[in-house]
Amino acid sequence: MNAIATNWTPDQPMVAIKDLHKSFGDLGVLKGVSMDIMKGECICIIGPSGSGKSTLIRCINALNDIQKGSIKVEGLEVNDPNLDKLELRKKVGMVFQQYNLFPHKTALENIMMAPIHVLKQDKKEVEERAFRLIKKVKLEGKEQSYPGELSGGQQQRVAIARSLAMNPDVMLFDEVTSALDPETVKEVLNTIQDLAEEGMTCVLVTHEMGFAREIANHIYFTDLGVIVEHGPPATFFDDAKDPRTKEFLSQIL
Amino acid sequence: MDTTKVMLNGAKSRVHGSMTNLPVLLPVAERVRRAALIERREGTYRLNMQPRHAVCVVALMAVAVGSAQAATPAGLIGPLEAMWKWMGFILVGPEGAFTGFSLNLIISFFAMVIGTIAGAALGLMQISLLLPVRRGSWIVTQFFRNSPWLVLLFTIMLLFPFEIDLGFVVIPVPDWMKAVIGFSLPIMANISEVVRGAVQSLPTGQWESAESLAFTRRQTMWMIILPQCVKRMIPPWINWYCILTMATPICSIMGVEESVSYTAQALNAEGDRPELIPVFYAFLLVIFFIYTYPIARWSIQLEKKFAFKT
Repeated sequence: MNAIATNWTPDQPMVAIKDLHKSFGDLGVLKGVSMDIMKGECICIIGPSGSGKSTLIRCINALNDIQKGSIKVEGLEVNDPNLDKLELRKKVGMVFQQYNLFPHKTALENIMMAPIHVLKQDKKEVEERAFRLIKKVKLEGKEQSYPGELSGGQQQRVAIARSLAMNPDVMLFDEVTSALDPETVKEVLNTIQDLAEEGMTCVLVTHEMGFAREIANHIYFTDLGVIVEHGPPATFFDDAKDPRTKEFLSQIL
Repeated sequence: MDTTKVMLNGAKSRVHGSMTNLPVLLPVAERVRRAALIERREGTYRLNMQPRHAVCVVALMAVAVGSAQAATPAGLIGPLEAMWKWMGFILVGPEGAFTGFSLNLIISFFAMVIGTIAGAALGLMQISLLLPVRRGSWIVTQFFRNSPWLVLLFTIMLLFPFEIDLGFVVIPVPDWMKAVIGFSLPIMANISEVVRGAVQSLPTGQWESAESLAFTRRQTMWMIILPQCVKRMIPPWINWYCILTMATPICSIMGVEESVSYTAQALNAEGDRPELIPVFYAFLLVIFFIYTYPIARWSIQLEKKFAFKT
């Protein structure tokens, strides 16, 4: 492995965001966001739509470029023109609202593709791991199904397994239950909860307040491109200070 | 750089038909809108052949034959007899010559092969990340796509030498081969658009998830994007083959011995009897219809099948 030498040690934040600014043309989306995410933490980002939460986590794995500020993932500076994106994306896994599985590949192939072709790992080994991951997301028997034959919740769990196959250190979840039927939301949330309990560092953008309260170590509330308020779930939900947070929570809860 | 943005945010298509608010027009508007969406994506109009068109063609043939029968002067052979006499000649030419209608098929086949290979390459260049490549291939595509086919054909047939001297061997280039080159140019440009359209019609999520799994752009293209596009490209590709086949008779103007040239020759040999003209050309229409109809129907079926799967 040609890991790039960084001074990062596990007692430092795994993801350190400092004064992040992001705009699309003239439209400022993030206006100075800072947060630290420690190893093993589960962070939930909530806020009204258009507040920049999705953009924020997309910046973490460089799907969006940023204009100002710094994001360090295990010491690797994302806002660096010479960034080794491959190295970054090996560390950071991402799951999307629309699953984005590859429709021409089976569930198993979806999971195996990246480790084989990107990490150049041994096919046999990857296949064993893929079977284990399928089991982990409770989809035994669906290995040979195509995404089109699976329900939304099942597809999303395959997407989670696909991301885990790369052995990431951080997992980003971008509104992963927003496109799902209410009855399948639960199965996906359970999968994420299992992951968080195993100590995976998770960053979730979510509208599932009950879930956020249950699993998050820390909640961030964003509005209009800034973090309005943050804190541990108990304080955040029961003792919000900022009027905007209060208003948002009163609408949701 | 947001690489996916660069290539996927092509012109946001505004399609007519969606703007009306007259209730009576809404169903029609919706149908027109859907057809326009498909045509926009595939860069061409759809050969929407229906069974009723077959009835029309047969009726036309019957009218032509019937009126010719009535107009036939005493002592001359009737239209059906004349048609029967020249049918083999129009279809395959003199024995072993592979001219007439068979030459239309030969030309369309080779033009399609060359046009597809060149068009696929040009289409991939149109989605390159390098601006000069993208711009250049776009210009080439638009030039050949928007030039009249006849002009391209004339230019190629007049410019191209009738033989190529390689020093040790002289390769003759017959007219029909020049016609193949002439036809393959617009096909190339249109297939280029089909490729570009198919790639851009895939949801951006496919690029993003591939990117977040650390696939390189090249890997994403060949392993994720293009395999999905092939399915989407087949119906418009077949459609273009039909359009090409129906266009091949224009090379008769340049003296290529295909079916229309031979029909004119046959009519001439029958003494240019005016009542036979509609009969012979209607017959030609029937032949082209019989050949292209099943292919066009097949492409419509594939279109429907693929529409449900993805």
